[in-house]
Amino acid sequence: MSIIYLVFQQTMFFSIPLLIVALGGVFTERSGVTNIALDGMMIMGAFTSIFFINQMQGTMSGQMLLILAILIAVATGIAFSLFHAYAAVNMKSDQIISGTALNMFAPAFAIFVARMIQTNGVQQISFTNTFRISSVPVLGDIPILGGLFFKNAYITTYLGFVILVISIIVLYKTKFGLRLRACGEHPHAADSVGINVYRMRYAGIMISGALAGLGGLVFVVPTSTNFNATVSGYGFLALAVMIFGQWKPKRVLIAALFFGLMKTIASAYSVIPFLSGLPIPSDIYKMVPFIATLIVLAFSSKSSQAPKAVGVPYDKGSR
Amino acid sequence: MNKIKRFFLSNGFNNATSSIFAILVGLLFGFIVLLVSNPSQAVDGLGIILKGGFSTGAKGMGQVLYFATPLILTGLSVGFAFKTGLFNIGAAGQFIMGAFAAVYIGVKWTFLPAPWHWIVALLGAALMGGLWALIPGLLKAYMNVHEVISTIMMNYIGMYMANYLIKTHIYDSKKALALSTADTAVLPKGGLDYVFYNKLGTVKDMSTVNSGIWIAILIAIIIYIILNKTTFGYELKACGFNKFASKYAGINEKRNIVLSMVIAGMLAGLGGGLLYLSGAHGRRIKVVDVLAVEGFNGIPVALLGLSNPIGIIFSAIFISYITQGGNYLQTLNFMPEIIDIIIACIIYFSAFALFFRSLLPRFLRYMKTRKEGKKSVKVQQQDVEEEGGDK
Repeated sequence: MSIIYLVFQQTMFFSIPLLIVALGGVFTERSGVTNIALDGMMIMGAFTSIFFINQMQGTMSGQMLLILAILIAVATGIAFSLFHAYAAVNMKSDQIISGTALNMFAPAFAIFVARMIQTNGVQQISFTNTFRISSVPVLGDIPILGGLFFKNAYITTYLGFVILVISIIVLYKTKFGLRLRACGEHPHAADSVGINVYRMRYAGIMISGALAGLGGLVFVVPTSTNFNATVSGYGFLALAVMIFGQWKPKRVLIAALFFGLMKTIASAYSVIPFLSGLPIPSDIYKMVPFIATLIVLAFSSKSSQAPKAVGVPYDKGSR
Repeated sequence: MNKIKRFFLSNGFNNATSSIFAILVGLLFGFIVLLVSNPSQAVDGLGIILKGGFSTGAKGMGQVLYFATPLILTGLSVGFAFKTGLFNIGAAGQFIMGAFAAVYIGVKWTFLPAPWHWIVALLGAALMGGLWALIPGLLKAYMNVHEVISTIMMNYIGMYMANYLIKTHIYDSKKALALSTADTAVLPKGGLDYVFYNKLGTVKDMSTVNSGIWIAILIAIIIYIILNKTTFGYELKACGFNKFASKYAGINEKRNIVLSMVIAGMLAGLGGGLLYLSGAHGRRIKVVDVLAVEGFNGIPVALLGLSNPIGIIFSAIFISYITQGGNYLQTLNFMPEIIDIIIACIIYFSAFALFFRSLLPRFLRYMKTRKEGKKSVKVQQQDVEEEGGDK
């Protein structure tokens, strides 16, 4: 039974960052801009917030530190995404190229600054994990659900679900969401009724930057004690989750849980008695999430309904 | 004067200027980063980057060519895919699988005699790279899977697969590297060892450059011929511009998508083979969970060379040049990652290329209309004076 709890909790640690970053991707693609730089934004957000934790962990600790780190990660993500926004919206450049440029910039920058600033010139930023909640006061004692959801958790897990609910409300129940979606489907029609397509796309990209930065922090904190300028390809997995979820938040949740489960099996297979008996080497397990992604994409992309105008720079003068 | 103006307005010059502009801005940004991190030594740092491979003499220039070889091929891989409308980010995965195939043949197939051994190893590398790109190609053509994501997935699968296969077949566990290949599998020096070495007393400090660079340049020329002088290349480019129009014209666009990806994969795989078949003093495959950086550096090479094979040769040599300079930066207490930052900035600014490409003609046109505007104002004034005089 405790193995099921462990697998479930680990799945949460892997799924929630995927969910958050994929929701960010949904916002930008729904507004019409392809954002491949989610991986780079995750790295930048994780870098600044974990560096903050590293510097401040002598004086502060606990949830307060984590909340401040979350704010810093979000701010960094927004600032970094402005580069992509400027290139994609103002300069009307190829969005995949500018996204790739940001993806290459982020780890190089993180390693460079880490080695410059840290005292012994190492590129890993280490931190002590004082944020794990071993058991939520009342809810943790509920017989089965308590063990699944309320033990060994972080506030970021719950934050992820809150973000999901807010995304659904914003995207489908508010004026802003409707206008955002219109810009992704037919920007000329949206422009003709007076919506400022440029501003909407900026908003979409900044939201994705904020969520991606947050996702970077949420990924690193539960799963390791240092940050090594990489998020193991999570930004790209989040893109696949977004496509698998057909750009709809509820389906993105299901897709994120599926991939989280795959990743958990890949990394925790030695604890699961059934799998540790099989003579499959660890490299094959590491490949499993990516192979699963490919198979899933193969079957779900045929009827893929991407936002119609995604990836096309908006030019007011064109037909 | 007109001929000069026509030169400045020509397409080729505009394309070249936008690339050069992107390079200059990227270097400027890198200089700013150097200034911010270590002001006193920033100018020296920039000097080292600009001196590039020359910092370590003739051997350094040889190393520039040695590292440019895989870059030319991965640049060709990405550039060829670009020209046909596809984005091949999977060059890293194709590269490492090609490298594994080449080294495996180099280590295990020792029954082959000297020239055939490395030829077969290179063919194996190309085949493996092509195979690795076949899957994303098929997925894109028949199941509409976006090739950016499928190639990125194949990158990671390729990295883990190559690590696993090396660990089980050709592993040197003491150093966590692949075994080095048999001597018969090493690429011949092709006359380059007479040029690129540094003299340390009586000993020659050899560069690891070999005939790989000749092979790379030859392949670039072949790709140029395929793209611009054959019907096949024409069909591929047509599919890249507009696949629906091509289908209307009778071109089988699904087959062409698959073929483009496979050719791009073969180029990247060949690059992997060329890098790692360089003998005992050359590189050996590191068994780490890190994507092959040569694969990703193919993207700026292709963008700077504007996907033109000849341009790619020059931009590969340029990027290799500043990377060598970057390695030398560590003597000044700078981190070599600054080069990656510069390269990322260069890509970012080259995305603005379209904007800059129209900047110079627009400026010339603006000057022309200003001149004509002044002339017409003068004519109007004269008319008014004449009329006034008549009255």
